[in-house]
Amino acid sequence: MTQEPTIDAKGLHLTFETNDGPVHALQDVNLEINKGDFVSFIGPSGCGKTTFLRCIAGLETPSSGHISVNGLTPDEARRARAYGYVFQAAGLYPWRTIGGNIRLPLEIMGFSKFEMSERVERVLELVDLTGFDKKFPWQLSGGMQQRASIARALAFDADILLMDEPFGALDEIVRDHLNEQLLQLWARTEKTIGFVTHSIPEAVYLSTKIVVMSPRPGRITDVIDSSLPKQRPLDIRDSPEFISIAQRVRDGLRAGHAHV
Amino acid sequence: MKSILPVFTIIAAVLFIWALAVVPMNMHLTADQAQRSGAIVTPDTPIARKETNGFVLALKNPHLIPLTYVGKRPNLPSPHQVAVEMFDTIFGKKITSKRSLVYHGWITLAPTLLGFAIGTLLGVLLAVGIVFSRVMDKSVMPWAIVSQTIPILALAPMIIVVLGAAGIHGVLPKSVIAAYLSFFPVVVGMVKGLRGPDHMQLDLLRTYSTNNAQSFWKLRLPSSTPFLFASFKIGISASLIGTIVAELPTGAKAGFGARMLVGDQYGQPILSWAALFAAALTAAALVGIISFVERGTLRKMGMKPA
Amino acid sequence: MMYVIAGFAIWVLGWLVNLYLANSKWSDYRAMNLAIPLIFGLTVLLVWECFVMGFEVNPVFLPRPSDIVLRMAIEMPRLWADFVQTIIKGAFTGYILGGLAAFGIAVLADRSEFLTSGVLPVGSFMAALPIVGIAPIFVKWFGSNWESKAAVVAVMVFFPILVNVVAGMRDTTSMQRDLMRTYGAGYWPTLLKLRLPAAMPFIFNGLKVATTLSLIGAIVAEFFGSPTVGMGFRISTSFGQLALDMVWAEIVIAAIAGTAFYGIVTLLEKGVTFWHPSQR
Repeated sequence: MTQEPTIDAKGLHLTFETNDGPVHALQDVNLEINKGDFVSFIGPSGCGKTTFLRCIAGLETPSSGHISVNGLTPDEARRARAYGYVFQAAGLYPWRTIGGNIRLPLEIMGFSKFEMSERVERVLELVDLTGFDKKFPWQLSGGMQQRASIARALAFDADILLMDEPFGALDEIVRDHLNEQLLQLWARTEKTIGFVTHSIPEAVYLSTKIVVMSPRPGRITDVIDSSLPKQRPLDIRDSPEFISIAQRVRDGLRAGHAHV
Repeated sequence: MKSILPVFTIIAAVLFIWALAVVPMNMHLTADQAQRSGAIVTPDTPIARKETNGFVLALKNPHLIPLTYVGKRPNLPSPHQVAVEMFDTIFGKKITSKRSLVYHGWITLAPTLLGFAIGTLLGVLLAVGIVFSRVMDKSVMPWAIVSQTIPILALAPMIIVVLGAAGIHGVLPKSVIAAYLSFFPVVVGMVKGLRGPDHMQLDLLRTYSTNNAQSFWKLRLPSSTPFLFASFKIGISASLIGTIVAELPTGAKAGFGARMLVGDQYGQPILSWAALFAAALTAAALVGIISFVERGTLRKMGMKPA
Repeated sequence: MMYVIAGFAIWVLGWLVNLYLANSKWSDYRAMNLAIPLIFGLTVLLVWECFVMGFEVNPVFLPRPSDIVLRMAIEMPRLWADFVQTIIKGAFTGYILGGLAAFGIAVLADRSEFLTSGVLPVGSFMAALPIVGIAPIFVKWFGSNWESKAAVVAVMVFFPILVNVVAGMRDTTSMQRDLMRTYGAGYWPTLLKLRLPAAMPFIFNGLKVATTLSLIGAIVAEFFGSPTVGMGFRISTSFGQLALDMVWAEIVIAAIAGTAFYGIVTLLEKGVTFWHPSQR
């Protein structure tokens, strides 16, 4: 059962021209992400993980190399609304209610009024925010705003979800809770998820595949296929298997640094 | 300064549209004058021409188009006519001559600067009063804000005459108006600035047992500097506009405002336009000087503009 | 003499009342925030009345508040006609025209980064100029009726509103714009759903400044030519007849009109930009 990878990057290069000279954000990146994978990208600042995610999203254009999303170019995929994107900050529009914010992509994509209200209810339930659709973003806590932002990304049923350090600004307790919820959501919806993070435990806990990257130039140092089972309670983080995968990630990060 | 090219493009576009508009605006006058000097004009009666609009008239009389740019009393002077007049009356006349724009410029500038200085000083004092006295804050501040919505500028000429009747002439009455107009923007801006420092910084000073005066000089005043400069810029343009309006319909003989009026009354529109542009350049120069001082001061203090 | 003493007494009394109220435990109530400045204003009026009587000031310099109120009551029909001519026909029409033009040009210029970076400095510069100086020129071009005044007002409000609309539309974060790109939203949905709502606080800032400018423009422009009706006209002719109480009556109307206009725009602002931190 060989299936086309959902996201396929080959020989990807991206160089930014800055005032201080060229910055090699991505160098010779090759990666295949299959349908239903949960892939984490981890590495220090400047390793290119966000840049790579943005390339998949069609928000950056690579200088050379090839990348396809669902068989299309990233730009075509973007226009075909193939993915939902979650940024580091919730970025909800303060002049819209939570419900209004979730409706934003649906309005742009031309869903009917009936469909919109049905979808809003459904995704609010998925992120455990039922009843908050008439509230305004500033009335919600940071964690809740981020959940609303995830709901917004799920509303139009794209099969790919791209998340750029979505829980970075939240405290650890809330973060653990959201990690659990995200896994449950993934199990229910079977989406393909690309997830950028700084946190090793988060990466190991959430993913089926961990991509370790390092900076200057931005490149992939290691790709780890996780051997953890799909069903994961939070205390799996103390298991020996978890710790050994985390160790491997740490080694990959150190190796990347040594290159400097 | 990457906005230099776009700015020049916009200015060039405006000048271009202006130069084009000269033709239809002046066509009727030019046609009348030309006919009197014996030229052939289509249609050939003033009555018939009245019905045609400027564009059509221009198309029918292409030989008259160049003449629209050099009329003595045009409806719309051309850019080059204004430029020549300005050059002539700024550089071509003695500074003490009543025809010199520099002379008139000074007549307008003196009360502007004096009024601005007075208004700013009083404004800062009132702002300090408002920030430190609850009574002043609650009774005066609302009026300071409301007064900005009252078109006091319309009273400017009156104030000049009243003070003139009381024997106060010259620079002082106009300074009063200029002072009034710059006063309130400075008050509102300074209050905002003096109240700006966040609680954390104020609390820090309290842990050092500083008294009100020390926290004023060491924290509030320095941190309000960006707001102060922003108010200065508003204040100086308001002062200049106030002085010019005060010079308008009161038989004033000197100053930019008087010049604009004289040009209008004696049928010399080019004079009016030249004075208007000179006033504009003066406004730009004043705001520019303040911006320059602002940049230097803020850089020395390590701050950014508001 | 009695009046002078009374004047001082009222001044002191008013000050003491406000001093007490401002430092009392009710001082933060809404009603108190209205009462204190009103008491201050009332005190000023009473002191004014007393001093003009007591120092026997020539009414040519400064009429009494009571004279002004009387004049307003007598001349109400004429004041109303002046108000309609200057404020409704001149100022308000010019405000709408200038505002719409500014909005239109801003949206057009917005399609090009090059243009907007040129428009902002030029527009800010023009907004600081003594534009009211074009009034005589406009009266010559458009005649002396309200149309020329509306034209002056339109030009005066154009630049501040333009600068604010342009600045407001630029004030979105790159993250908000990227979000729109991930939805495959084109120029128009992004404009209507993101940039215009985000620009509203700026736009209203410009609209508020423009209210005062429109009143000034309409009144001052009338000094240069007007049919026998209009606030500017009335001010300059009453002044020529030394009927200062009529001048002040017009100023009071102008003040009320100015504050009301500004107040209406502020109310609209509260409704539209309820979400902005400054309004919460």
